Amino acid sequence: MAHIEENYDVVVVGAGHAGCEAALAAARMGMETILFTVSMDSVALMPCNPNIGGSSKGHLVREVDALGGEMGKNIDKTYIQSKMLNRSKGPAVHSLRAQADKVEYTKQMRLTLQRQEHLTLRQAEVTELILDEKKVAGVKTYSGAVYHARAVILCTGTYLKARCIYGDVVTHTGPNGLMAANHLSDSMKENGIFIRRFKTGTPARLDKKTIDFSKMEEQKGDTHIVPFSFTNKEEDIRREQISCWLTYTNEETHDIIRANIDRSPLFSGFIEGTGPRYCPSIEDKVMKFPDKTRHQLFIEPEGEFTNEMYLGGMSSSLPEDVQYAMIRTVPGLEKVKIVRNAYAIEYDCISAINLKPSLEYRDISGLFLAGQVNGSSGYEEAAAQGLMAGINAARKLQEKEPVVLDRSQGYIGVLIDDLVTKETQEPYRMMTSRAEYRLLLRQDNADLRLTDIGYEIGLIDDVRYAAFCEKRNRIEEERKRLKETMIGANKTVQDFLSAHGSAELKTAVSLEELIRRPELDYDSIASLDPERPEGLSEEVVEQINISIKYEGYITRQIQQVEHFRKMEKKRIPADIDYEDVKNLRREARQKLEAVRPESLGQASRISGVSPADISVLMIYLGA
Amino acid sequence: MVRETICAIATGMGNSGIGIIRLSGKDAIPIADKVFRGRKRIADMPSYTAAYGNIVLESGQVLDEAVVLVMRAPHTYTTEDTVEIDCHGGSILLKKVLELLLRNGARTAEPGEFTRRAYLGGRIDMSQAEAVMDLIHAKNEMALSSSVHQLKGALGEKIREMREKILYHTAYIESALDDPENYSLESYPQKLDKDVDNLLKDVDNLLNSYENGRLFQEGIRTAIIGRPNAGKSSVLNMILGEERAIVTDVEGTTRDTLEEVVNLNGILLYLIDTAGIRDTVDIVEKIGVDKARENIGKADLVLYIVDGSQPLNENDEWIIKALAGKKVITLLNKNDLKTVVDRYHLEKLLKQSIFGEASKEEPVILEISAREGTGKEALIERLTNMFFNGKLSYNDELYLTNARHKEALSEVKESLLRVKQSIEMEVGEDFYTIDLMAAYESLGRIIGEALEDDLADKIFGEFCMGK
Repeated sequence: MAHIEENYDVVVVGAGHAGCEAALAAARMGMETILFTVSMDSVALMPCNPNIGGSSKGHLVREVDALGGEMGKNIDKTYIQSKMLNRSKGPAVHSLRAQADKVEYTKQMRLTLQRQEHLTLRQAEVTELILDEKKVAGVKTYSGAVYHARAVILCTGTYLKARCIYGDVVTHTGPNGLMAANHLSDSMKENGIFIRRFKTGTPARLDKKTIDFSKMEEQKGDTHIVPFSFTNKEEDIRREQISCWLTYTNEETHDIIRANIDRSPLFSGFIEGTGPRYCPSIEDKVMKFPDKTRHQLFIEPEGEFTNEMYLGGMSSSLPEDVQYAMIRTVPGLEKVKIVRNAYAIEYDCISAINLKPSLEYRDISGLFLAGQVNGSSGYEEAAAQGLMAGINAARKLQEKEPVVLDRSQGYIGVLIDDLVTKETQEPYRMMTSRAEYRLLLRQDNADLRLTDIGYEIGLIDDVRYAAFCEKRNRIEEERKRLKETMIGANKTVQDFLSAHGSAELKTAVSLEELIRRPELDYDSIASLDPERPEGLSEEVVEQINISIKYEGYITRQIQQVEHFRKMEKKRIPADIDYEDVKNLRREARQKLEAVRPESLGQASRISGVSPADISVLMIYLGA
Repeated sequence: MVRETICAIATGMGNSGIGIIRLSGKDAIPIADKVFRGRKRIADMPSYTAAYGNIVLESGQVLDEAVVLVMRAPHTYTTEDTVEIDCHGGSILLKKVLELLLRNGARTAEPGEFTRRAYLGGRIDMSQAEAVMDLIHAKNEMALSSSVHQLKGALGEKIREMREKILYHTAYIESALDDPENYSLESYPQKLDKDVDNLLKDVDNLLNSYENGRLFQEGIRTAIIGRPNAGKSSVLNMILGEERAIVTDVEGTTRDTLEEVVNLNGILLYLIDTAGIRDTVDIVEKIGVDKARENIGKADLVLYIVDGSQPLNENDEWIIKALAGKKVITLLNKNDLKTVVDRYHLEKLLKQSIFGEASKEEPVILEISAREGTGKEALIERLTNMFFNGKLSYNDELYLTNARHKEALSEVKESLLRVKQSIEMEVGEDFYTIDLMAAYESLGRIIGEALEDDLADKIFGEFCMGK
């Protein structure tokens, strides 16, 4: 029997948010790459919420963009509403979120993939990993075709042995009724990869024309739009926005849920997978928080040219009839019709502690994994991992050191460090509270933190890099000028200050000192500063304001980071035999053996490894 | 590589009545010079010479006489500049000297840090370092368990309560930052400010009680219990005996009890409620059954005095019942008189109560005559055995652990003050939680709890998040 056999540098399995970034990065770095998807119509599919970004996730997207990834650009092309969350709070938690036109998002990403040099897009189910000893050699598809490759990146999302459940209805499908991948995880197991089972869920989609919006609160987008991509200006992407709507559940809704809770596969124990606590189903919320008399529901459009509306806040695996009954108790949804049911989905995934921080599987050379298969959740978390896996697969083939961001460089570093160090028992979601240096890891300065790295990798081109350097220089020069320019306590100044409710000067101060005052900022003191250079962009001014106003806090975090880096720099050899390290407690030895950290810093973050154990390790390593 | 200057109490407390504090690191000599007044400055002393002088507080008040020994890099254990300060010992005094050094720029050594530096400096080889680390490991674990044990009472409760409060606030704020459309922070800063004030009050109280020596009472907490006329005060006097000279009297803040720490062959006994014993022979009558029970409950070790010349009575009965699960040494007193108590019967009763019928453990009974002063050697031997078998936990590392606790409390205070400052400056709620979590972590170090994923657990557990 004749089989197709082809040769590639990199095979990427799965064209979701991780797979797209991985394939684009590898191809852009010159690797001959093939990207497999079970359906060409479902590339970069958003099977759950119709938005990108949000608290901490927005940070991830901006970091992906600063490194040369695609997600930010794609959402800028396809958004239908944009909001900067937490604007009234500190700059570290300002978070960008955009509603997407889902169909358009898929279309635009597919086009980008198809236009990419060195990249082949192929619809087929990959069923087998082909290994040569402890090295990956390629994959086989359902039809028996063989694709040889020097590196393989698995971005299988929630498709491995997926089953969707609501009530007692079970379909053996992936999200959105798509074909599940029922073979690949067996092949992974045969090759010694530990597989476990996670669960997540999605709410129903409703028919817009059956909703009474007059009973809901309208949620409009921002008037001032901040693009996700640093390559875009507001005027490039401004458009008319589409509203979301807010409504609430009530006691009647909750009564229906309580009365039918025995019919929930979650509570009957039929669902075995571990679900995420931060994204609970409505039945979870009602049972866990009995005192809450109502829960928020967001009605979000799934796109510009569809009648489907996403029912945010009501993910569920209750039976169809109960879904209908409970939804129709909600103001504005009394006569609603469901287009797609809510469902829970279970799937195979791996334990990411078996990965190196480069996302390469520790025991199989050349095999990388990214996205939900690593036990994370969310489009943005997936994209961030996909990008890093793509970069590191390519760098491995280029015989270069992997790029590993640490916790002080970005949310991406926090995300991957958490995944490979702490065995999470539920799908992992990013949160700003997970980032200990979040004052430094702001969404507004992602470019300043990461563009150098993106350029060095080869994903940022010269034109973009030159523009970036220009911006950075302008910030530095202007900060220097503001520090050095003194302003005297003359009458104009004093009058200005009292008019702005600011204390009068006793001696001359620098302009920087004035900007530091809570009631003033760079723009408001313009009249006192005739020498200021013209044409500084809004982004530059923003950096100046933040870096001056929060200097004390920022300096303190930089000191913490220096301390942190000392431990990160102390490397642990890959071939260390922990049996050889006497005095380690047994628990510590087991944990270290399971995670095999690359640095003492990483070792210290493993739960169950004490400071005394770290001392023992330091002695052993002579560090 | 430049390392921070570390210090630690290097010797057993009270052994020979002298305590040694060791300082090591680049600033060891200048820091020692700040606290030591001798005929010349330590900086001017040649390596491996000693000088006599005083340890002096910032106020100029003399804390103690001391001998300092200076050893210059690289010919020292750690290969760094090292200063040893030999004081007159006494737990309270040593602690004060240690704190004085901390205030002057040293920090407390981590467990095994001297040894680590010695190894890194090439002074000792791996197997030597490992041997030392083994010991330190064991000591440190004992110290931790001991201090945690001390913290089991109201104080530990207080710290847990404070942490809980801090975690709740942090979780709420973080939930609101994560899901701003669901949780509002409207007027939350005012509420937080009030709670931070209360927390600060708590921290100050803890710091004060530490200063008064009430917070961490080193030594094996020992209760002397027995029915009226069993001979408790003679036993107390026998124990204090010739060791009187190095007994430290610390007046408690409550002023109604006198606490005593006595050193028996290098083991510190912290005697509970000796005031009662001193004032009257009849402790049970004076302080009542409840108080005696409470003392048994608080004790790490109970010395149960039985009058061997009289039959057991109902007082002995309830005392024996109250001993369930405790570490007990029973002293069958008055063996100079005719013994009427059936030792076999007593043993059976004690075993039943202390260990339970099925246990293979045997109760410890020593025959003594407090009046004649016989049996003290046997008591000391017993204590030493129990101590080194790990049945009684207490060791020198505890002092250091406690100094670390104080450092941690000071950090808590600093962090909370920063929270207040951020609230005042209206910098945004996300700034509060950074310092709140720092305070939370510092408090956790005191009760030996690491951070782990408490915050995420709290957020998901208390607040309803998500789409």
